[in-house]
Amino acid sequence: MDKKPQVVVGMSGGVDSSVAAALLVEKGYEVTGLMLRLWSEPGEECANRCCTPDSMFQARRVASQLGIPFYVVDAKEIFYQQVVEPFIASYLQGETPNPCLLCNRQVRWGTMLEHALALGGDLLATGHYARVETASDGSLRLLRGLDNNKDQSYVLSVLSPDQLSRSIFPLGGLTKPQVRAEAHRFGLPVAERAESQDLCFLGEGTYIDFLRRHAPNSFAPGPILNRKGETLGEHTGLPFYTIGQRKGLRIAAPAPLYVIEKDADRNALIVGHLEELGRSQLTGKQVNWLIAPPAAPLRAQVKIRYKAADAWATLIPQEDQRVLVAFESPLRDITAGQRAVFYAGEQCLGSALIE
Amino acid sequence: MKPRIYLDYAATTPLDERVLAAMQPYFSEIFGNPSSAHFYGQDADAAVEEARSKVAGLLGCSSAEIVFTANGTESDNLALRGVALAMRRLKNANHILISPVEHHAVSHTAMQLAEVFGFDLSYLPVDAHGQVSPQAVKEAIRPNTAVVAAIYANNEIGTINPVADIHQVCQEHSVPFLTDAVQAAAHLPMNQAAAHADLIAIGAHKFYGPKGVGALYVRQGTPILPTQTGGKQEHAMRAGTQNVPYIVGLAEAFSIAQSEGPRHAQRLLALREHLINQVLETIPGAHLTGHAVQRLPNHASFVFEGVNGNTLLMLLDAAGFACSSGSACKTGNPQPSEVLLAMGFAPELALGSLRITLGRATTSEQIEMLLTALPSLVKRARQLNRA
Repeated sequence: MDKKPQVVVGMSGGVDSSVAAALLVEKGYEVTGLMLRLWSEPGEECANRCCTPDSMFQARRVASQLGIPFYVVDAKEIFYQQVVEPFIASYLQGETPNPCLLCNRQVRWGTMLEHALALGGDLLATGHYARVETASDGSLRLLRGLDNNKDQSYVLSVLSPDQLSRSIFPLGGLTKPQVRAEAHRFGLPVAERAESQDLCFLGEGTYIDFLRRHAPNSFAPGPILNRKGETLGEHTGLPFYTIGQRKGLRIAAPAPLYVIEKDADRNALIVGHLEELGRSQLTGKQVNWLIAPPAAPLRAQVKIRYKAADAWATLIPQEDQRVLVAFESPLRDITAGQRAVFYAGEQCLGSALIE
Repeated sequence: MKPRIYLDYAATTPLDERVLAAMQPYFSEIFGNPSSAHFYGQDADAAVEEARSKVAGLLGCSSAEIVFTANGTESDNLALRGVALAMRRLKNANHILISPVEHHAVSHTAMQLAEVFGFDLSYLPVDAHGQVSPQAVKEAIRPNTAVVAAIYANNEIGTINPVADIHQVCQEHSVPFLTDAVQAAAHLPMNQAAAHADLIAIGAHKFYGPKGVGALYVRQGTPILPTQTGGKQEHAMRAGTQNVPYIVGLAEAFSIAQSEGPRHAQRLLALREHLINQVLETIPGAHLTGHAVQRLPNHASFVFEGVNGNTLLMLLDAAGFACSSGSACKTGNPQPSEVLLAMGFAPELALGSLRITLGRATTSEQIEMLLTALPSLVKRARQLNRA
């Protein structure tokens, strides 16, 4: 019997996941829609941007239009444990985390995938702009989305090869304008959440307000030091600052000073001049390979943030899941807690958490 | 294509075709406003009054004691709020006494009366089956009690309350007694209204009538104020132009339910007993909720240890079975069932409930299919809960 796989699609009510679902239905898959109910701050239960009552209503409407079942799954507790707590802990260590990656690995491809499989699904689909391709040797390759502006392979670089083998990204080969045109063709609502840099669980406030409420200790004032250890001023709390920041340091200096490091042990903010900002290497931990783990150094392009440009580097595998990334020219704004993602052209090779 | 099997008749029922046929003339043909003096109005009025007398006949009361509303919830609201306010004005009565297993139509109305209108609200105890004892009412009733409410048959656990005995206690204390019979009216003989309560709320769509229409029995002499004011319709107890076709539909559906009910009840009872016995036998960690005997004939409800009710409902739906749960919630924000908590269930267990309610179209083949599928679905729900 040549039965099409059963696909469970993560739906947010937005245009991307709605079109993803519609394309799968059109291709003849048996499709089920799933939405995760994620954690929000107490009193803001309706505010999580990924799953507001409004987006739930939208998703339900789209599912009904497509004639597919739709379920909402409670993932509040696991989201809090696996995403929010590490987010707070990371800031306490002076890092700048990207919780979306943890959410993908632990919640979307954790809880959601488990529910998808329990529902009898073979594959989990999302509206991410990325592609999965089967190589001639049968191995799977994660490729950047065809639309360079929308490519989301960065946030998928944490998936295990096993998780990837269960994934399908119907929008990977489309550009955003094409997706909008498809939405039009299917007669789907094209409402889009406002593009926001903020995280889904922050509600109305900023991450600073959030940390004030949940980790008041992370706001202890401390010294601003230069590389020589000289005190140049006082900072108001490490989470307020980002690597590469120039403004708001309130230090009079002949040449501009930049934040170059956060030293959580000493609660010190380390600043330096522009030439000190660039680093020629970083160490990544918790490396995740989407290819056979390389035994020898490997030349690759590296993105140090979701929206960063590619930088050429050599990846030198180390012990205990670490990798040394040696850049071909110094790179500024390397930030602990973000992930360095490795590419060979279109193909995502894996990633590691910047120390 | 998977089978789609409806086992949620306590949520709603399909409209009986005979009822639809009875309603049909009153949309475009006989469209008059029952309050109008001309013959268009007279025809419509005749239909409403015929429906009223039909319902009164089924309840064993007079037409003057029947008020048509928009649904069972409105009937509960009118009864509780209308009587509480009237009793306060008349007798300075300021205390409301309800069971902890009321439908939200009653419990949330009582809470608002307490929070906004300053009534003193207290709750009756229930036993492990969710049943209210007349003795408990006797002990809790006060000289200043304005109204007592106890659900006739609970929607979530199916338990039937001894409403006639409770009513007697209330009568001894001259306190009006409300019973929400929205579930009960679909299955139990209702022809002794005056013996059962002073106020009885029903809704048509639970007994194969249309959604959007209900009725309230108000025993003659019961103090009550209208909660929706305006015209003098419905004995000045419920203002607003009557929904003529739906009122006709309610009367027709109620009549069919009361006459054919016993036959269906007998068949469903046997199916339900088989269902309950098999579930308890084949699924470890399964418990029946509600009374084993004094329960609605079509109603089976359980809790499963280590199961999230919403997860189980999702898996059941995906397998083609439409069921329900006390903590049913389509927004992924489950709360433990208040009814089960009141009965003494632990919160974890109160999250794992399942309600299976049978109806006229339910067959034994369907029950067998459910019984075949359920054990493995419960197992899968447990695995997801642990993951």
